[in-house]
Amino acid sequence: MAKKFLNIEEKIFKFLMKLSTLFIILVLLSIIISIFYRGLPVLSWEMISQSPKGGFYFGKEGGILNAIVGSLYLSVASTLLATLIGIPVALYINVYMTRHQKIASFIRFCLDLLWGVPSIVYGAFGFIVMVLLGLKTSLLAGILTVTIFILPIIVRSLDEILTTVPRGLHEASLSLGSTRSETSFKVFLRQCSGGIITGILLAFGRGIGDAASVLFTTGYTDYIPDSLGRPAATLPLAIFFQLSSPFPEVQDRAYAATVVLTLIILIISIITRIISKKYNKNQIEF
Amino acid sequence: MNSRLRIRYFKEKISSIWMMVCLILVIILPIGIGLGLWYKSNIIIQEYSFSELFFSSEWAPNSGKFGFLSFIISSVWLTILSVLIAAPVCILSAIYLTEYANKKVLNIMHPVIDILAGIPSVVYGVWGILLIVPLVSKVIAPAFGVQTAGYTLLTGAIVLSIMIIPFILNILIEIFKSIPQELKEASLSLGATYWQTIKLVLIRKAFPGIISAIGLGISRAFGETMAVLMVAGNVAKVPKGLFDPAYPLPALIANNYGEMMSVPMYDSALLLAALILFVIVIGFNLLSRLAIIRYQKRI
Repeated sequence: MAKKFLNIEEKIFKFLMKLSTLFIILVLLSIIISIFYRGLPVLSWEMISQSPKGGFYFGKEGGILNAIVGSLYLSVASTLLATLIGIPVALYINVYMTRHQKIASFIRFCLDLLWGVPSIVYGAFGFIVMVLLGLKTSLLAGILTVTIFILPIIVRSLDEILTTVPRGLHEASLSLGSTRSETSFKVFLRQCSGGIITGILLAFGRGIGDAASVLFTTGYTDYIPDSLGRPAATLPLAIFFQLSSPFPEVQDRAYAATVVLTLIILIISIITRIISKKYNKNQIEF
Repeated sequence: MNSRLRIRYFKEKISSIWMMVCLILVIILPIGIGLGLWYKSNIIIQEYSFSELFFSSEWAPNSGKFGFLSFIISSVWLTILSVLIAAPVCILSAIYLTEYANKKVLNIMHPVIDILAGIPSVVYGVWGILLIVPLVSKVIAPAFGVQTAGYTLLTGAIVLSIMIIPFILNILIEIFKSIPQELKEASLSLGATYWQTIKLVLIRKAFPGIISAIGLGISRAFGETMAVLMVAGNVAKVPKGLFDPAYPLPALIANNYGEMMSVPMYDSALLLAALILFVIVIGFNLLSRLAIIRYQKRI
C-alpha cells in the first residue's frame, strides 16, 4: 500500500517537474513570439536607417538609428575598456595567486558581490562620479558607468574559464623558463581564447541591454553622437521613452526597437554557442 | 644579464604592475560605491529623523516630505511574491534537469536558460506590457471581481519572477550537481526507490544550498528596475492588495532622475534610496554566498 502511494507521489512530482521545465520553455517562446509578432510588422528599413526628424515624437518621419548607433558606441567602448581592466585581473588571480588561494577566493567573493549589485545602483554611483568630475551627461560618462557595471561580469566569467587550465600546463610553462607574464599571455590566454571571447560577448550583451545604468549618465538625444562629450541615445532607453508616448506611431517604433534589441541579443547568444563548440576542439587536454 | 633577458624582465615588471593596479581598482570599487552613496545621502539623513524617512509614506518632494515607507513595502511585496512564484518552478525544474532529463532535453534547456538570462530587462518589460498586463486586467482580476488596467503589484511580480528564474535555476543546477554520487548510490543500494532517494537524500542534503539560491534570487529581484518600472503602475501609496499599483525603490530612482536636480534634497533622497538598495542587496548576497561556501565545504 505504502509502495503504491510512493509510486503515485513520484508520478505526480515527475509530472510537475516536467510541467515546470515545459513552462520555462514556453515562457521564452511567448516572449520571442509576442515581441516579433508585435514588432516585425512595424519594423522597416527607414526605421533603422534614419535618425529622428522634426515632429518625430508626434508620429512624423524618422527612425531609431541614433539609438542603435549610440548603443553600439557605448557598449563596444565599455566592453573594450572592461576587457582591458578585466583580463589582467583574471590572469593575476589565476597565474600569480596560485600560492595564495585564500586571497584569490576573497577576491572572487568580492566580485560575486559586485555582480549582484543592481544596475540602477551603478547608475546612481556613475552619476555621483560624473558630478564629482564635473562632467555633463555624455557618452563618456555612460561608457565609464557601463564599464564599472560589466567589469565584475567580465572578470568572473574569464576567471571561470582560466581555472580550467590544467595545472600541469601551468607548471610546464614555468619549468621551461618563461616568466609569469609570459605564462599568462602566451599560455593561459591562448589556451582559453575561445572561452574568453564568449565571456566578453556575454558582457557586451549585458552592456547593450541595460538601461538603468545609463539613465542618469548618458542622457538622450536625437542626434548621433560625434564626440565623447555629447549625450547619446541608447536602444533600451529609446524603447522605454517611446513606449510611454500617447501616439500609436511612436509606440510602434518602440516595438520595432525591441525587435532590433532582441535580435542583437539572440545573435550574440548564437555566436557564443558556435564559438564555445569550436573552441573545445582546439584545447590541449591532459 | 644579456639584453633579451632584460627586456623579458622589464615586460614582466610592467605587466605585473598593470595587473596589480587593475586588481586594486576592482577591490576598492564596492567600497567606493558604498562610500559615494553614503556621502551623498548623508545630507538628507542629517536633516530628517529616521522615522520621518522610513516610517512615513508621505512622498511630496516639492514640500520637502520624503517618506520611503510605500516604496520599501512595494519592493518587499514584489520581491516576496516573485520569489514565491519562481522558487517552486526552479526547484522542480532543477531536479528534473539534473536527475531525470535525458541529453535531448538538456540540449534544449541549456540555450533556453542562457537566452532567458541574457534578455534585457526592457524587453521583459515590453513583453509584460504585451502579454501580462492584458492577462491580469482581462483574466486574473475579473476572476477575483476586481477592475484594473493591469498595471499592478501582481503584474510586476509575475514579470519579475520570470526574470529571476534563469538566475536561480542556474545556481540550483550547480548545487544539485555537487551532491556526491556515492550518497545517492548508497541510498539506492539500501533499497530506496529513486524518488525516495531524491526526496530524502538529495533535497535534504541540498537544503542549505536551495535556501541560499533563493536568497540570491531575492537580492536579484530586489534590484530589478526597468521591467518593473514599466508594468507595476508606479503610484506612491502603500499597496493594499495584489491588484493595487506598486512603486518599488529602483523604479522611484529611475523615474525621477530628471527632476531631481531642481528640487532641494531630492537628489540626496534618491541616492539614499540607491544606498538602501545597495545595502540590502549586498547583505542578502553576502549571507547567501557565505552559506553556499560553507555548504560546499561540508560536502
